[in-house]
Amino acid sequence: MNRQHAAWGFLAPALLVLGIFFLLPVIAAFGLSLTDYDLYALADIRHLRFVALHNYWDLLHQPKFWSALGHTFYFVVVGVPLSILVSLGAALLLNSPWVRGKTFFRTALFAPVVTTVVAVAVVWRYIFNTKYGLLNYVLGLVGIHPVDWLGDPHWAMPAIILFAVWKNFGYNMIILLAGLQAIPGDLYEAARIDGASVVQQFRHITLPMLRPTLLMVAILTVSGYFQLFAEPYVMTEGGPLQSTTSVLYLMYNEGFKWWNFGTASAVAFLLFVIMFAVTGLMLRVGRRGEAA
Amino acid sequence: MGPWALRLLAVAALLLAGCSSSRDAHTLTFWTIGREGEAVVKLLPEFEREHPDIKVKVQQMPLSAAHQKLLTAFAGDSTPDLTQLGNTWLPEFAALNALEPLQSRVDRSAVIKPDDYFASIWSINRIDGVFYGVPWYVDTRLLFYRRDLLKAAGFDQPPRTWAQWRSMLAALSHPGQGTYGILLPTNEYEQLMSLALQQPETMLRDGGRYGNFRSAGFKRALTFYVDTFRLRQAPAITNVEAGNPWEEFGRGVYAFYFSGPWNIGEFRQRLPADREGLWATAPLPGPDGPGVGAAGGSSLVVFRRSVHKDEAWALIEYLSRPDVQQRFYDLLGNMPARRSAWDGGSLRDDPKVQAFREQLEHLKPSPAVPEWERIANEMQLVAAQAVAGELTVDEAAAEMDRRADRILEKRRWILDHSHIAQASP
Repeated sequence: MNRQHAAWGFLAPALLVLGIFFLLPVIAAFGLSLTDYDLYALADIRHLRFVALHNYWDLLHQPKFWSALGHTFYFVVVGVPLSILVSLGAALLLNSPWVRGKTFFRTALFAPVVTTVVAVAVVWRYIFNTKYGLLNYVLGLVGIHPVDWLGDPHWAMPAIILFAVWKNFGYNMIILLAGLQAIPGDLYEAARIDGASVVQQFRHITLPMLRPTLLMVAILTVSGYFQLFAEPYVMTEGGPLQSTTSVLYLMYNEGFKWWNFGTASAVAFLLFVIMFAVTGLMLRVGRRGEAA
Repeated sequence: MGPWALRLLAVAALLLAGCSSSRDAHTLTFWTIGREGEAVVKLLPEFEREHPDIKVKVQQMPLSAAHQKLLTAFAGDSTPDLTQLGNTWLPEFAALNALEPLQSRVDRSAVIKPDDYFASIWSINRIDGVFYGVPWYVDTRLLFYRRDLLKAAGFDQPPRTWAQWRSMLAALSHPGQGTYGILLPTNEYEQLMSLALQQPETMLRDGGRYGNFRSAGFKRALTFYVDTFRLRQAPAITNVEAGNPWEEFGRGVYAFYFSGPWNIGEFRQRLPADREGLWATAPLPGPDGPGVGAAGGSSLVVFRRSVHKDEAWALIEYLSRPDVQQRFYDLLGNMPARRSAWDGGSLRDDPKVQAFREQLEHLKPSPAVPEWERIANEMQLVAAQAVAGELTVDEAAAEMDRRADRILEKRRWILDHSHIAQASP
């Protein structure tokens, strides 16, 4: 047996598992997206039609797909920078030598990540309640009129973003904290001796050293946030006026609520193409930044 | 394969074995939706005493997941023996050919007498001439109203026509003070559908091939609905924001509440006893006189793949007995589907349920196509846009037709397709 055969021998089990549990379902789903598989086809397979790319064509002509895409982009464009800023801020605080009780805060800030969305959503629905909610109470103290957070189409998405950022920032915080701790302390020491201020140290040491970590965190967060589903599902059920219906929510409705698996698979593949393009773009921009 | 994988396999095998052993010789699986399950388990001991050889296993599904779970069970070939099924879901499962026809069993039954049932509720269970389900309980939406507020505004009777209703709503709405004539949650389609059912035209045309929302009748219903919000006689909120409508109704925030029978229990429980006399129920007003309501509720159905059809039918007969239906009402407040159950027990003298009794004789079913639930959802989404002022009534009606036609495309193809198949030998 030569080396190449041996390599394949070692790879085969993993490839087999990946092929059966990953590649095969994806191929099957793509096949499904070329048909109009629905309730009628479930009842009688003769009601299944091959429609080629019609599902995609149809989706691209439906306002609800574009509005769902718009809501998803809104969530990503506002939510991702906000989430990274908050987690970077928290990581910097936790990394600073002056803070006491780091272990406690590290656990406390990470706690939202591990609790289930459904449980914390119940609490946050109370916080967002128009009449009795904590948020409007606090806003009322500074003289701001109550906002109908989850009921007003203009405010529902900001409310969801607020909730999602709170829920998820701890995860990135831990990764960024690891990145910060990997920066050698003597760099800061040398900078201090040269008379650099804290802001200058942050700009010229912390940020450049953190760049690869930040790029990875950004890509992870973007791909995570594109798959927005659980937050609107438990907070607003996609409403009001479908203002929080994301692409994945649309897929869920098509597939599991109305049982149109053809259309639902097409939605999934369109989302995949979009996410693939966006992450590719981010990687390219990140690499160019590295070269510069 | 590592030891963990082996262990995983062993666990999976055990689970599979567990699934198959639940299909015991005389164990019936009965799926229920929502709170019905809690009540029905209290009725079952007597059934099991009467039928010592049958054991019933009740599984409760939350309403929000029931539809999905039933469809998944059908797709995965793991349907229960019998289940309760909402009236609007019946056409869908009939189209799937998932249900056992029950006509011959009804004919032979000494307990179930079709004439005793409210006629339109009984007829809903017949799809394309085949009878699939026995009505279990009925529900329809009508008006809860504040008798004292109406009286103070100079009205001694609840409205009988839309015109009377409109003038009452106008007199009772003071949006500046935060009080409104009526609460119409904008994410529930039943209210608009009830108004639309009062029209001569049906909501779908040509045997359920196309939407018919551009008909004069539907536009009249939609105009009335949208005007209620435009005139600020109802707040444009969903039931998520309405939060606790019962207490607000008690405080006089709303004079009317357009809702279903389960709220009789809610109001009794949540309002102080001395306010009991302040509210009452009334049948729906129609465009020119007493109006029809939407026929809702649940039926009991047997799945075609069940191996215990006789036992399942025995349970259906037991649950259909008038005395059992009365006890079911006492436990939960779900209204019996047969008239004789209304003539005794706590239902007979309860003034709050009399309006329901009256309304139940005047019901119309929603269109019997499997796509109806979805079309009704789209109808409501478009209606909510019209309420928000984004669409005019004409634009909304055209948009509803467009969406309904798109949803019904497959149905049209199948109807035409099977026509060809039948024509050619």
